[in-house]
Amino acid sequence: MEKKIALSMRGITKRFGSVVANHNVDLDVYEGEILSILGGNGCGKTTLMNMISGIYFPDEGKIFKNGEEVVIRSPKDAFDLRIGMIHQHFKLVDLFTAAENIVLGINEKGQHNMKSVNSRVAQIAEKYGFHIDPQKKIYDMSVSEKQTVEIIKVLYRGADILILDEPTAVLTPQEIERLFEVLRRMKADGKSIIIITHKLHEVLSVSDRVAILRKGEHIATVDTCDATESSLTEMMVGKKVTLDIDRSEPVNVQLRLEVKELNCIDSEGIQVLKDITFTANSGEILGIAGIAGSGQKELLEAIAGLQPIASGQIIFNNPKKDKPVTFFHKSMYRVKELAAQDAFHDKEGKPMRLKGMSNAQIRAQVAAENVLFREDEVMNLRGKTPLEIRSLGVRLSFVPEDRLGMGLVGSMGITDNMMLRSYRKGHGGFVDRKKPKALAEDIIKELEVSTPGVNTPVRRLSGGNVQKVLVGREIAFAPKVLMAAYPVRGLDINSSYTIYNLLNKQKQNGVAVIFVGEDLDVLLALCDRIMVINSGKITGMVDARSATKEEIGLLMTQTEAPTKEVAQ
Amino acid sequence: MNVWLNFLIESLAFGAVFMYGSTGEILTEKAGHLNLGIPGIMCMGGAGGCLVLNIIGPMNLHPVLVVILGVLGSLAMSMLMGLIYSFLTVTLRANQNVTGLALTTFGVGLMKVIMIKLDPTVYLVGPKKIFRWPFAERTDALQYLGVLFFVAVAIALIASWVLYRTKVGLRLRAVGENPGTADAVGVNVTKYKYLATCIGSGIAGLGGFYNIIDYQASQEAYLSLEAFGWLSIALVIFALWRPHMTIIGSTVFGFLFSCSSYIANIEGITVTMAAKPLLKMLPYVVTILVLIITSIRNKRENQPPASLGLAYFREER
Repeated sequence: MEKKIALSMRGITKRFGSVVANHNVDLDVYEGEILSILGGNGCGKTTLMNMISGIYFPDEGKIFKNGEEVVIRSPKDAFDLRIGMIHQHFKLVDLFTAAENIVLGINEKGQHNMKSVNSRVAQIAEKYGFHIDPQKKIYDMSVSEKQTVEIIKVLYRGADILILDEPTAVLTPQEIERLFEVLRRMKADGKSIIIITHKLHEVLSVSDRVAILRKGEHIATVDTCDATESSLTEMMVGKKVTLDIDRSEPVNVQLRLEVKELNCIDSEGIQVLKDITFTANSGEILGIAGIAGSGQKELLEAIAGLQPIASGQIIFNNPKKDKPVTFFHKSMYRVKELAAQDAFHDKEGKPMRLKGMSNAQIRAQVAAENVLFREDEVMNLRGKTPLEIRSLGVRLSFVPEDRLGMGLVGSMGITDNMMLRSYRKGHGGFVDRKKPKALAEDIIKELEVSTPGVNTPVRRLSGGNVQKVLVGREIAFAPKVLMAAYPVRGLDINSSYTIYNLLNKQKQNGVAVIFVGEDLDVLLALCDRIMVINSGKITGMVDARSATKEEIGLLMTQTEAPTKEVAQ
Repeated sequence: MNVWLNFLIESLAFGAVFMYGSTGEILTEKAGHLNLGIPGIMCMGGAGGCLVLNIIGPMNLHPVLVVILGVLGSLAMSMLMGLIYSFLTVTLRANQNVTGLALTTFGVGLMKVIMIKLDPTVYLVGPKKIFRWPFAERTDALQYLGVLFFVAVAIALIASWVLYRTKVGLRLRAVGENPGTADAVGVNVTKYKYLATCIGSGIAGLGGFYNIIDYQASQEAYLSLEAFGWLSIALVIFALWRPHMTIIGSTVFGFLFSCSSYIANIEGITVTMAAKPLLKMLPYVVTILVLIITSIRNKRENQPPASLGLAYFREER
């Protein structure tokens, strides 16, 4: 049977400011097929689909539905054209029942007759094999039930083109299988289904055709039966691009951070980190690669003490050997306690017990730098407060999607933002403004932050400058472990290189740098080792000097036991 | 009539002032807007109605027409306040708390200016009898149960019915809970916010009018309106955001608020002047108790609308 084209896009281009999200994309969707849209982070998959579902409006190009040109300006227009999108973040009213959510916004005459709504929902559920209780409130539902409500919401409106944005990201393997079963039934019913995903084995097991996007461009559309995991990966990651980043050889590599079998469970009860075990060394940049949302954020937050840990250890080796004791972080009580454990020796290497000394004598000895640490201090970061962890020199310069949300206060100037990290210093109830101001001026000069002055609210700076301020501040406190997540997201080339050089400088100073990035070329050019995580699990640790993009791409997208199922 | 029954009926009539105020506020809050301008809006509603009565007083119009025109004047003035509030908070996305408080200050002040200029013999004496129909001639508490009291009860019931039984209500609640979702399914969020705020303000304004012209029916009545406005906002919490609950809640509030003056008459207990403000505090104590109880029970249905107080604008990248 000849298949009819349900929807086609021609020459679609979408720009956000100077960033081109989609460039000249052509795409066809047939009736009664499952089309996968495959691509790495930020390749424009979701943007493209948002243009079909009315969230964005294309700058250039045309969309045809059943051969006729259509204009989609709002989600409602899309609904009217029988196109429905199931977003990654569900759009449901928690307080309403499933049925109320399903009928919300539908324009029928008169009032909603909940009885007939319920029976129609039940009908749809039976037809495609869903399990749903229309009377159940959304806040009582599991993630997969919520997804079911979203899908039925779209079907109830009579959609014949369904777009699912990473539908499997939040589901368990059994739930995924059930979802695929439902999708296949819909396909048999003649509906067109588009799945956005980056999981190769899912692509291979459920879809008929795969469209591959890379950096906003449509690379190819292939029949799934002709594709293999490696051929798809190759198209996804593209050819290697050489970057001009100075990478020095690691010097004086010492074990700094040791994460052992770390497990984290988020507030919704989903396991976000599974048995994470790795080490980070001083004088080395450890890259973390993975599809966005694979647990990178949770991992860094767990180390920084911001994420509750279900089980596992985070061992921090504090380099203390032969360093004199100061009272800076330690009280007299703590010093005495450590002395009782034989932790100190004097300049000649003899044990230093401090026993029988008065407090004044101990103070004098400490002041004379005569009390030295015998060994490095080894401690478990688990159970320590974020403040304690920070004062140990474990610094998180987290640069999330929302730069101002974490770490900086938008309406305060650079000086004041510096003080957020140092307000505990200073005498009595007064803060010390001089040092933060000098630091702010240093950062502006060193990192070439373009700002009218130190007191200009950071909210008014451009994204790149805000990022420089954030990273600069964390580096200024002489960290021992520096964690940077997506520090160059949204930055132009020059600013990006400033940040890379900063990280490299830290590495040469003996800091253990952990760098979470999304651009594989950068990871390969900047890091010494690259750890790949996928759905909260480590799937590989590779040497950045010898690894290839395909290798990492496969590790990022493959789960441990890929289902080798051929598309039906 | 039994003194306690008398007291109860009077509490019911007194409570209607809050019933109007909080039903109006509930509608606004259901759209996600915390309108702290309610005291000011109630004041302006009262002033608007009295202003119209003062103008039409000498014309000797038909009683029904007097009621209608008075109510319309009250509605017009308070809805105008609601329109200012929604323009500032919905369209310009100004801070809701600040805007509301500013409106209260503005409304209370302007009302005082207007009311001082009006002649109580014109706006009060004649219309009072008309508004208190059918019990105007009685001397016990029944005299207070006039037209506007029954309107208040009807509005509270209708508001509940609309919110929980109709398509419009479903959409309005969706707007207050999760405007993004409502927007995505094609609900006009701005329209719903404007309408809910303006209609809510109109209803609240009637409460002010009712207090001046009917329940207290004195030329000093307008001075206590601001306090009643704040009580109305407290009553929203007491009623757990359900309009029909305000009927019970307002009676309890009315009962507690006026018991300081009643206890002395009924049981022969003398309340010292110093203790009276303490007793007037009771409605707020009860509100805090309700808050504590609902917070402990932590039932999702009893919580304020999820996006209450948050401005909504479509996400942009």
